[in-house]
Amino acid sequence: MINASLVELRRALDARQVSSVELATLFLDRIAALNPQLNAFITVDRDGALTAARAADARIAAGDAGPLTGIPLAHKDVFCTEGVLTTCASKMLSNFVSPYDAHVVSLLKAAGAVSLGKTNMDEFAMGSSNENSFYGPVKNPWDATRVPGGSSGGSAAAVAARLAPIATGTDTGGSVRQPASFCGITGIKPTYGLVSRYGMIAYASSLDQGGAFGASAEDCALLLSAMTGFDERDSTSLERPVEDYAAALAAPAAGRPLEGLRIGLPREFFAEGMADGVRTAVEAALAQYRALGATTVEVSLPNAKLAIPAYYVIAPAECSSNLSRFDGVRYGHRAGEYTDLPDMYGKSRAEGFGAEVKRRILVGTYVLSHGYYDAYYLQAQRLRRLIAEDFKAALAQCDVIAGPTVPNTAWALGEMADDPVQMYLSDIYTIAVNLAGLPGLSHPCGFDAQGLPVGLQLVGDYFSEARLLATTHRFQQATDWHQRRPACAR
Amino acid sequence: MSLSNEQVGHIARLARIALTGAEIESTRAKLNDIFALIEQMQAVDTTGVAPMSHPQELATRLRPDVVTETDRREAFQKIAPQTEAGLYLVPKVIE
Repeated sequence: MINASLVELRRALDARQVSSVELATLFLDRIAALNPQLNAFITVDRDGALTAARAADARIAAGDAGPLTGIPLAHKDVFCTEGVLTTCASKMLSNFVSPYDAHVVSLLKAAGAVSLGKTNMDEFAMGSSNENSFYGPVKNPWDATRVPGGSSGGSAAAVAARLAPIATGTDTGGSVRQPASFCGITGIKPTYGLVSRYGMIAYASSLDQGGAFGASAEDCALLLSAMTGFDERDSTSLERPVEDYAAALAAPAAGRPLEGLRIGLPREFFAEGMADGVRTAVEAALAQYRALGATTVEVSLPNAKLAIPAYYVIAPAECSSNLSRFDGVRYGHRAGEYTDLPDMYGKSRAEGFGAEVKRRILVGTYVLSHGYYDAYYLQAQRLRRLIAEDFKAALAQCDVIAGPTVPNTAWALGEMADDPVQMYLSDIYTIAVNLAGLPGLSHPCGFDAQGLPVGLQLVGDYFSEARLLATTHRFQQATDWHQRRPACAR
Repeated sequence: MSLSNEQVGHIARLARIALTGAEIESTRAKLNDIFALIEQMQAVDTTGVAPMSHPQELATRLRPDVVTETDRREAFQKIAPQTEAGLYLVPKVIE
């Protein structure tokens, strides 16, 4: 049952082979057994989960069940949950019981999904290894000496270890796709503006976007369909009809189901810098895509290498502004001793924020300070346009872009903890996608020589989520990488 | 470019983050690494390229000027560090 797909869980719930309470209990017991080693959850909400599961069972009995009614899930601790601790993995919010629900949380509650708890992450979603958490690092379920990726590392590890069938995440520079790759699961970041940011604690607002984790594209499609939709409380929410991404997967199977699909391979993503094990797995997956009928064509993203410097201006600038709200006045951590108001601000923020968060606030404060705005922020925004135009030109020659999600597989805990810039560089393939605001997906495509999962990234044009999910679904119908599990979940 | 300890201290004051002398020193080295990365941007000629602030180029929406929020002062103040009589307490600002 722990490895059942959402479609199988739906069938079992509707046929009364299992109740939602039994399902929630099964996963809560797995969390109790495995979380002490993995540290994937910050808060486990057993009582809340069982209450929601009883309500879901009543809905199922009344014939009022939707696709997610009674399905357990986990929320990244960046999403506000009314009455439940919402920490963003920061000491600053270690006492913050949210008085309201994020839009995503209320949508999933209304759908009848059962939240098991809140997952660990890099503090304020800043990091690529989940080591920047006030609650300690998350361990990779495939190898507990390695990182799960970040910033949504707890959500990715929870789904990989089957502590939850599906989980929410957020992706500002790769924070869904990179941990999905490191943990051997599927993760999608939709087009910027599809998922409401209301109640999603802000890091870099022009890049932040909610996303979905699951074992397969099919599970991600079901979750994402329930997360999207216009929300007037988010000024960048897009007014578009909600799509049923799961329905898009239902086309009848064919011998060459991807006939006619043109996959673009950016020359720059296959240049040097990629680990051998990653290259081998990605090339094999591309051969599989060709066997399914797709053709591959070389494309170019000449400005992609500028994505990291541009991101490390734009994201810190926006973070320095967003995180100014944490001042120890209305909620969150306040220093114990202070002399006056500036001293209270300074000490509360010094005590409440971790080292990486402070660094990004300082970088952002500097680049936005008097006299530097044009040279840094405006220049970064100009590069952002060049990067977006590169994608536009590439997507005129192909239907989807494919490449590795990350140049390497999961690294050892502590390996890059003291070298932030080295860690920033590992996000080379994912960050450009956020700057352009395009949808991206990572799916498992093999293992390296150490047995660590490798992810393949697909990027499509704006609003091509259905195509990305359907393309991955065809690949997953023909392969079993997405069904491989770490030892703790076999 | 390379930041001095004095500059780092100034930025930290602007950001309202109290750093000790030792923290300023260790932060400075890491910030200089980050700025070395960022400086790669300056090699690109972007004359004539319009800055892109947002992927969708949206116009700001307007809404009717009506009250939509309910009064939840009690719930919001329950999580505040210090309140009194419905007000948030901070150290005295004006003597």
